[in-house]
Amino acid sequence: MTDTTNNAPIAKPDSMLVSALKSIALLRESPVGTTGGLIVLMFVVLAVFAPVLAPFDPNAPLLPFAFPGSEAPDGGIFLFGTDHLGRDILSRIIWGGQRVLFYATLATVSAYIVGILMGLAAGYFRGYLDEIISFFANVILSFPIMVLYVLIIANLGASGANIIFAVVFASSPGIMRIVRGVTMDIATRDYIAAAQTRGEGAWYIMLVEILPNARGPLIVDFCLRMGYTTITIGALGFLGLGLPPPDPDWGGMITQTRSFVTGGFPYMAIFPACAVSLLVLGFNLLADGLREVSLRD
Amino acid sequence: MSDQDETPVLEITGLRLSYYTRAGEIPAVMDFDLRIAKGESVGLVGESGCGKSTVANGIMRYMGNNGGIVGGTIKFKGRDMAEMSEEEVRRLRGKDIAMIYQEPMASLNPSLTIGQQLMEVPMNHEGGSAEEAHQRSFDMLKAVHIPDPQRLMDSYPHQVSGGQQQRVVIAMALLSKPALLLLDEPTTALDVTVEAGIVELIAELSKETGTSLLYISHNLGLMLEVCDRICVMYSGEVVEEGHIDSIFSWPTHPYTHGLFGCIPLPHADKNARPLTAIKGQLPLPHQRPKGCYFGPRCEFFKPGTCDQEQISMAAVHTDDDPAHRVRCARWEEVDPGSFVAEETAKREVIPVGETVLEVKEMRKYYEVKDSSLAALFSGGEVKQVKANESISFRAGEGETVAIVGESGCGKSTFAKVLMGLETATEGEVNLSGTNLGEIAVGDRTPEQLASLQMVFQNPNDTLNPSHTIGYQIGRVIKRFGIESDPAKIQERVFQLLDTVKLPRAFANRKPRQLSGGQKQRIGIARAFAGNPKTVIADEPISALDVSVAAAVTELLMDIQREHRTTLLFISHDLSAVRYLADRVVVMYLGQIMERGSTDEVFSPPYHPYTEALLSAVPIADPKVEKRRIVLEGNLPSPLNPPKGCPFSTRCPRKVGAICDNEVPPVQFAGDRHAIACHIDLEELRKVEPVITIPDRDMDAAD
Amino acid sequence: MLQLIMRRIGMMILIMLVVALLLFMINEGDPRLIARSVLGPYAQDDQLQLWIEQNGYDRSMFIRYFEWIGRVLTGDLGNSIIYKRPVSEIFWDRLGNTGILAGVTFVIMVIVALVLGVLAGMKEGSPQDRVISVLSIATTSVPEYASAVILAGIFVFWLGWLPGTSSMTSGFNVVELILPVMVLTLYGFGYIARMTRASMAEVMTTPYIRTAVLKGLPYKHIIMRHALRNALIAPFTVIMLQINWLLSGVVVTEFAFGYKGFGALLLEAALRRDIFVIEACGIAAVFVAVFTQTIGDLGYTYLNPRIRFK
Repeated sequence: MTDTTNNAPIAKPDSMLVSALKSIALLRESPVGTTGGLIVLMFVVLAVFAPVLAPFDPNAPLLPFAFPGSEAPDGGIFLFGTDHLGRDILSRIIWGGQRVLFYATLATVSAYIVGILMGLAAGYFRGYLDEIISFFANVILSFPIMVLYVLIIANLGASGANIIFAVVFASSPGIMRIVRGVTMDIATRDYIAAAQTRGEGAWYIMLVEILPNARGPLIVDFCLRMGYTTITIGALGFLGLGLPPPDPDWGGMITQTRSFVTGGFPYMAIFPACAVSLLVLGFNLLADGLREVSLRD
Repeated sequence: MSDQDETPVLEITGLRLSYYTRAGEIPAVMDFDLRIAKGESVGLVGESGCGKSTVANGIMRYMGNNGGIVGGTIKFKGRDMAEMSEEEVRRLRGKDIAMIYQEPMASLNPSLTIGQQLMEVPMNHEGGSAEEAHQRSFDMLKAVHIPDPQRLMDSYPHQVSGGQQQRVVIAMALLSKPALLLLDEPTTALDVTVEAGIVELIAELSKETGTSLLYISHNLGLMLEVCDRICVMYSGEVVEEGHIDSIFSWPTHPYTHGLFGCIPLPHADKNARPLTAIKGQLPLPHQRPKGCYFGPRCEFFKPGTCDQEQISMAAVHTDDDPAHRVRCARWEEVDPGSFVAEETAKREVIPVGETVLEVKEMRKYYEVKDSSLAALFSGGEVKQVKANESISFRAGEGETVAIVGESGCGKSTFAKVLMGLETATEGEVNLSGTNLGEIAVGDRTPEQLASLQMVFQNPNDTLNPSHTIGYQIGRVIKRFGIESDPAKIQERVFQLLDTVKLPRAFANRKPRQLSGGQKQRIGIARAFAGNPKTVIADEPISALDVSVAAAVTELLMDIQREHRTTLLFISHDLSAVRYLADRVVVMYLGQIMERGSTDEVFSPPYHPYTEALLSAVPIADPKVEKRRIVLEGNLPSPLNPPKGCPFSTRCPRKVGAICDNEVPPVQFAGDRHAIACHIDLEELRKVEPVITIPDRDMDAAD
Repeated sequence: MLQLIMRRIGMMILIMLVVALLLFMINEGDPRLIARSVLGPYAQDDQLQLWIEQNGYDRSMFIRYFEWIGRVLTGDLGNSIIYKRPVSEIFWDRLGNTGILAGVTFVIMVIVALVLGVLAGMKEGSPQDRVISVLSIATTSVPEYASAVILAGIFVFWLGWLPGTSSMTSGFNVVELILPVMVLTLYGFGYIARMTRASMAEVMTTPYIRTAVLKGLPYKHIIMRHALRNALIAPFTVIMLQINWLLSGVVVTEFAFGYKGFGALLLEAALRRDIFVIEACGIAAVFVAVFTQTIGDLGYTYLNPRIRFK
């Protein structure tokens, strides 16, 4: 009954990164997910190659109130027009996209690290540790989110680091809850008992035995959360609590130009509005596609 | 209308059912024929993947979005169901054809009362008022022996026990007096003693109402008790069919015969007459071989005869059963009964060594906070669940001790205390001298951990889905310090894979790519990787098909024999226990009712619970006579156990108030044969055996 | 059951007190800052010190905290630094306005979301499911500030049907409410719809629905009587949480349309450090959040017979 013996060396377990990439590769099976992935990819490319792809300097006042498609004084076309101060909107969108993606990624990843550690500990150890962590998570989640952000930023001041801090503070409880739920569920499985009865340490079990099996819901949540964070950063910019001018930020762009919507220049605010909607749509579609694919697994 | 009575209730010819998935069409059932006459009970038996449930779904025309009837006809009372409209089929369902399912709890709507769910049936099919429906439901509940029908009708499904839920499902199905009842594994999810009651009920009701039954199961013993005729399915086809007596006495098809060889019958013996597993694996639906589907696994496979074209059913004319047919090209030439594979050569009996495990008066109590308002006021806020009470027994080196009981008896708790996942509240658990009962798993030394390992019940949960097989086995080897050099670890992993008869290439596969039986073998390999002195096997074969279970059981026996490991076999399957255990411990509601050697426990004197358990286990041998004992009532709640004997609420031999009030004394019927009962030992000795095996021409025992 | 309710209410009060303490510590932790914001940036140190002593800010924070709680419970919310009036005069008014906006939004949003969610989940994978799912995903991708400008562009600029701001300067005007409600509803219904869809789809695959079908019950009866009462349990919790979300969404929406509500008040107060207003708004926000969470949990327990009848 034995086949030809295969003496190939035994493979080590996939690292988190490798398994994440493998999951993403499966995405090809879902048209929804592929569309989302392509949209996100486009924005990433724009962000990375912003210096090369942006036609103009985003802060240079060139020709105020130029309509989309009109010519620039020194050549070139304002594909999306210019704003009330003469800055090219397309370039501002590209550079703004870079800032949003940079901060959103950094903030979400940080929130994930904090949330995963707390969630694993709460879900595995249970008892008092779980009660304390869950209580504080409930406290933080008891705030309507914008209220929380407004209070934090208003007190700490608006800067990149503070925005990241605010996102980590506001998002990690939600992540903690998800990880905790999955951890509690997995901890009842026999293979965890098998690990315990061979004397594995708690952190080995949490990080090597439990966490890789939680990756399904976490990857989906990660994409969704990137979308939420993008919206939040935009919202803060919109309210005037975002990154300081003149550097472009989509929310700030909208808020500065929205009075011109009814004045005959709607494109100034609408283009950045569409940009943020498109990026978030990309994340949402990607998350949905990943969820579909992980269910079929 | 005499020819109306001749029309079979169900007539299926040439049925083909397929599922459509992303991978294309998957034929689940091929060329299926069946006739059920009025009042007849036909059994459909096979292992998972043979298509028997699909047949039931096809009859009900409920195959979901991705399934369909590809060919053949189904005629109900003479009418071709393909000609019926959706509306006509809907009217048939629940009224003329009804179905009963495997998991009764899941089959009932958790948000509606039982009464509401019952009353819908007559109200929808026959019109009628709510009062009439209520009365009929009430009467039906009485007919299925529910003691308090009104209370049940006002309850929600989760408030009643599994056995009662299944009775409700049966009542619901029979309310409109259907002509045909389909039963899909109705007792698989129930305890053995509860199962016996349900089986008896079904037999009784079908006789009374004249309902025809199609009884689907994987349990041959059960078929013997309920059915008139039986069909054996393999990979989407019927391979043999006939009257119960002919199939059980003269199984003709090699697969049928193979199935019987996998079942531990009373006269099987792990040393003298071991089980004979069927080699190979069920073919995948889209990879069926040409000719006979069973061919690759058949001992009598003959190239040229068996792999040519579709084999059709032939009548077996060597016996006097006109209904006996078989799908085998060589049935007239071969006699499966004469075949004895070399692998099933007899084994030597291994002598039992020194005592390795000794449990003394072990108790495990859990504290439960009762957060109801009543408890708050009465001060009884913290209650105790006595999961294990006064457990005492001994096991020697190389011995197999079985711990037997139904759900709630405390056997899983016992396993957890042994493994250190819980600590004992009182008492000792001595393994090679050290009391492990107080040492939690986190505090045990690597040697202690390595010497006591476990095989788990659910093959799907026993391995981490994210890691390769090789990594998981190798990790055990590394942790217990057996090898540290990666090359040596790998070599050892390969050796273990050889021992459990799996290809070495599996080391790089993930659990997802393995079948249930293969995963369970890996679980065994993992448990034995550290050369443990004692292994606890917690229901290792309950979740496996019959033929797979036989192979895994034999594997376990072989490894145990080689390493002289002490095996603690936890199970509710008395047939398996009788087959492989040397000593047996019978538990009920956390206490030991009886313990002794296998022979002592399986013959009188019995504890009344052991007696009932033995009677409840279906035996797939028509020549064996069995006394019927059916228990009434339910398992008491562990929060509120009876003060005296835990079995007093259901015991058919209850003496009187003494059983309710006083803890029964432990009487010794033999040197190490203990029975905890108030009934005098002499009385118990006079009881007739539950199972009588007729004298056979047995091979000379060793 | 009763004990469960008591415990949840107790937890609610505890959380509110803790959050109030945190709010208080952040806002009134440094007496000098408060004094400065009241007296203005040009105040001298000794003036600040005098004010601190006169108003009792030299005492321990915990004493001040409990006094503050006491005042709040009697309705005294302090005085607004910006408006130079008691906070309660402005606060309740604004809260009421937001109540109207949120209330109308809530009703429309829930009805639309439940209907769409049930229709989608009933036939998972069907065209109607796909359309509704894509629609839900698309609408939750457009944040309020984006849809505000886009809808304003369409309805105010291009079609001219609706007014551009909603400051209600000439008394209550329903027409001015339309755009803010539209913005909030568009973004908010998607999440509820998708949760409802998921719950409905899951219920339709359960064994007990199979039992109902095989009992020969009519399709409509199965949906209305068997499926819905199980499928709508989970969305109930989600809907309660959306009330909480609404309170967050109004901050941006009110700012965008100049609607004089609670969100705009909070924003302004936060930016201009109107301490007592911030505290009042913070407490209100937490109250709504914790209250809806508690109702959501209790409701889930009540609706689920498995938990309600042990």
